[in-house]
Amino acid sequence: MPAPEQYRMIFRHIDEPGYTSDLACYLRNGGYEVLRKAVQRKPEELVDEVKKSGLRGRGGAGFPCGVKWTLLDRKSGKPIYLVANADESEPGTFKDRYIVYKDPHQLLEGIMITCFANKVERTFIYIRGEFPEGARILERAIAEARAAGFVGPNILGTGYGCEIYVHRGAGAYICGEETGLIESMEGKRPYPRIKPPYFPAVLGLYQCPTIVNNVETLCHVKHIAERGGEAYSKIGTPNNTGTRIYCVSGHVRRPGCYEFEVGKITMGQLLNEVCGGPLPGRSFKAVIPGGSSAKVLRFGERFKGKRKSGATMVDYDWGVEDIPMDFDSLAMIGSMGGSGGVIVMDDSVSMVEALGNINEFYAHESCGQCTPCREGSLWMKRITSRMVHGLARAEDGALLKSVADQIAGRTICAFGEACSWPTQSFIAKFGDEFKAYAAAKAQARPDGAAELI
Amino acid sequence: MIQPAATDLITVNVDGREIAVPKGTNMIEAARRLGTDIPHYCYHPKLAVVGNCRMCLVELGMAAVDPATKAPVMDPATGRPKINWRPGIACAANASAGLHVRTTSPLVKDFREGVMEFLLINHPLDCPICDQAGECKLQEQATGYGRGYSRYIEQKNVKPKRTQLGPRVTLDDERCILCSRCIRFCKDVAKDDVLGFTDRGSYSTLSCYPGRKLENNYSLNTVDICPVGALTSTDFRFKMRVWFLKQTSSIDTESSVGANTVVWSREGAVYRITPRQNDAVNDTWMADSGRLLYKAIRSAERLDAARVDGSSSALDFALAAAAGILAKGGVGVVGSGRSSVEELFLTAKLAKALKAPAWLVSRTGEGDGLLVSADRNPNVRGALVTGLISSLPSARLDELAARIDAGEIRSVVSVGEDLAAAGIGAKRLAKVSVVYLGTHSNPTSACARVVLPTLTVFEKSGTLVNQQFRIQKFARAVPGLTGAADDLLVLSRLVSAAGGPGLGADAPSLWASISQEVPALATMSYDDMPATGLLLDAAPWSQLAFAEGPSLHYQPAQAQKEAPARG
Repeated sequence: MPAPEQYRMIFRHIDEPGYTSDLACYLRNGGYEVLRKAVQRKPEELVDEVKKSGLRGRGGAGFPCGVKWTLLDRKSGKPIYLVANADESEPGTFKDRYIVYKDPHQLLEGIMITCFANKVERTFIYIRGEFPEGARILERAIAEARAAGFVGPNILGTGYGCEIYVHRGAGAYICGEETGLIESMEGKRPYPRIKPPYFPAVLGLYQCPTIVNNVETLCHVKHIAERGGEAYSKIGTPNNTGTRIYCVSGHVRRPGCYEFEVGKITMGQLLNEVCGGPLPGRSFKAVIPGGSSAKVLRFGERFKGKRKSGATMVDYDWGVEDIPMDFDSLAMIGSMGGSGGVIVMDDSVSMVEALGNINEFYAHESCGQCTPCREGSLWMKRITSRMVHGLARAEDGALLKSVADQIAGRTICAFGEACSWPTQSFIAKFGDEFKAYAAAKAQARPDGAAELI
Repeated sequence: MIQPAATDLITVNVDGREIAVPKGTNMIEAARRLGTDIPHYCYHPKLAVVGNCRMCLVELGMAAVDPATKAPVMDPATGRPKINWRPGIACAANASAGLHVRTTSPLVKDFREGVMEFLLINHPLDCPICDQAGECKLQEQATGYGRGYSRYIEQKNVKPKRTQLGPRVTLDDERCILCSRCIRFCKDVAKDDVLGFTDRGSYSTLSCYPGRKLENNYSLNTVDICPVGALTSTDFRFKMRVWFLKQTSSIDTESSVGANTVVWSREGAVYRITPRQNDAVNDTWMADSGRLLYKAIRSAERLDAARVDGSSSALDFALAAAAGILAKGGVGVVGSGRSSVEELFLTAKLAKALKAPAWLVSRTGEGDGLLVSADRNPNVRGALVTGLISSLPSARLDELAARIDAGEIRSVVSVGEDLAAAGIGAKRLAKVSVVYLGTHSNPTSACARVVLPTLTVFEKSGTLVNQQFRIQKFARAVPGLTGAADDLLVLSRLVSAAGGPGLGADAPSLWASISQEVPALATMSYDDMPATGLLLDAAPWSQLAFAEGPSLHYQPAQAQKEAPARG
């Protein structure tokens, strides 16, 4: 079956010849018209539209956006804050940066609609420290939008006012975790908070109810307000509505960001047709479907079970290529849609070395607050580093798995899972390679191979 | 009677046993009440809950309910309600109706083994030379809940050793398990936010903010609450293994707060003082300044022999000489706000037998709002309660001076007070015969006709009444210095010599008289006094303007409001 056409909603104008990030260009392309109409409606209606749309968060967890908004403590009398999470740090993910750099006003419009819908009067964009240019672009865009009356006091003459501030991170993966992000915004170390009691919807920024939404999610809000929740929910597949931006990186001919209806495209179509298939003379070995913390899939393995199709249950028997790229299907086969970062590895890759690379990242980024992740991530990294540097033991695979098992589900935030799922899945899917690595290591590495960590 | 505040009780189930606990109680405390230990490191009952060590991971669960009928789902195997178990930290799980906790399941065992292993992989194996040995939670819980062997063959982290965080605290970063208790204490209790972590992940390192030191007067509490050997007392480290030390309950005498303490001693020498928990007084804290008081025991200034007219003498001879001086009449008595209730009772008896007026010297400073109050005498209220004085003392003995000048007073009994420092100059001192009872030499003891060496608080037993009018016991930790006599013995002998009643010379036997004669202490006995003290009725003194400002568990205005106004 040929791959469907891209459904460019968020990316509608991005990459069009002559499309620039300034306000004039955005307005020429119908910009802020949705906001203009939205502020004439009742805020509650807009929340209902988002609920009806079935929009799920695009940051990683896939939590329903409308539900997140309903959980807000609106009775406390405290101000409600919105934080746009632009701390895109998940390895293999580069969609939010693209939106911020290429179409910042789309994000601002989404933010302003969200703020109006939730009666937010102060909102923040928490942007990753490594995106200094992105921060400058946003500052410029906010200044333009303020001058034009889309941001600031008395938006479009409605009497409703909302300020946007850009807050730059200082370069830490954990700042993308929503409570860590909030701590960071408060000027502290970004130690994620314990939940309960610190659910952002109740005790968030400055102990006030807070929504933290991903950049792409907020852009979707604009399109939901434009079409209506009902119409939006027709895009994609049931419970996996809308479009998704897949960031494909690694060993394919045409890596990049591609936007498709959620679940309407399979992994095989995405990699083989859209991305042009494996590099010449190579074949696919493994793919991580949702950012580096998602569990790896091995080409050649089969996934069998029952799934819901409408109201009935049907059997499925999928290879990696057959998996629909949506939240539920990827979760069903034991991985996750995550942040949409699809990392492809071909047969030139040593899985031990690849895991060594991932473990290095997580050991470096563990905030160090809680014991299992702090100690476990560094231990896993030390084991894989030792393995790739020639001191691998046959039992290291089992030890790695055991260490990872002692982390997942036992930490304050989801970093515990993020750092242990790669190890767990690499060992589960490529255990033989880990066992044989001690002997295989005797062979010379190919010329031009990347430096080992 | 003071009624305890009404509390809502919530029933939770710990390992199959139900217990009703006050609302807000977490599961570590609920389990503790049942005698079940839930091991933990970062949790401390007096600090904010952060849940970072993960040692208290248990299985938590609520009864499953049928989503349609809301009826509880029964487990067919047991016939009891089915529980939906999930892992959770006990420290952050507050009591909610029907909450179930499992602390003995295989999964919980695995949680604990996992956390213990993680804590130990980068922890130096230097227990034999570590000063925390004997009171190290890591050691205890590794034994209790660890696997007992190591799977770690990589290099351990290297971090700074022997960092001087401040004048009194030494840090070994390699031993630190990053529980953040010390950070939370400094920030939330001591209000001196100087500690924090630098770097991240397993390389996180405890340190002081650049240019700052951990030098607040509560810094040693961080040593007490450090569950491992990372923070140690620069004064105490390497002096003695703690298991050799005897623990004696005592009271901090540096101010009227009366923080409860433990005095750690061996073979007659005190090695350190640490706080003892009293939730109504000092929680689990005390000031650094109070921990150094024991150094006075072995001070070179200590009076170690009775003296009469400058010559050493036997105690009996000195007491006879003192009796001779006092028998001539014209006596003034200067008692001490540092004396115990029993000593003040005898001082009052002495003043009465001699028909002598009595004074006290006040000693004030700035209160820190926490555990050092403005009144640096620990027992001014004891003097009021025993009737030695009826109004608040002042810092200068002006009335005594005037009466010396008038020739009315020709001899003075001073209990540990330096009269020279209280406004009785050398000229006046030359006019009177001084009988001095005290522990250390000072200008007054130097010119006294009779010097009767007595004991420090660590060498005797008794009670003190703190700013809350809470009477609290202290016990003898070490034997008295050779040559010094118990204050009670000296005072009771002087009372008899002055024609007063024959009274006991130790606290328990004195209490027979005290409980009969002192209205505020009626019906009490020394032996039955609880370790955390007893609150006295402060109403008779509610009109006095005490020097203390608010401090931990003490509000002066409220204390006065609670007591009914008189007149």
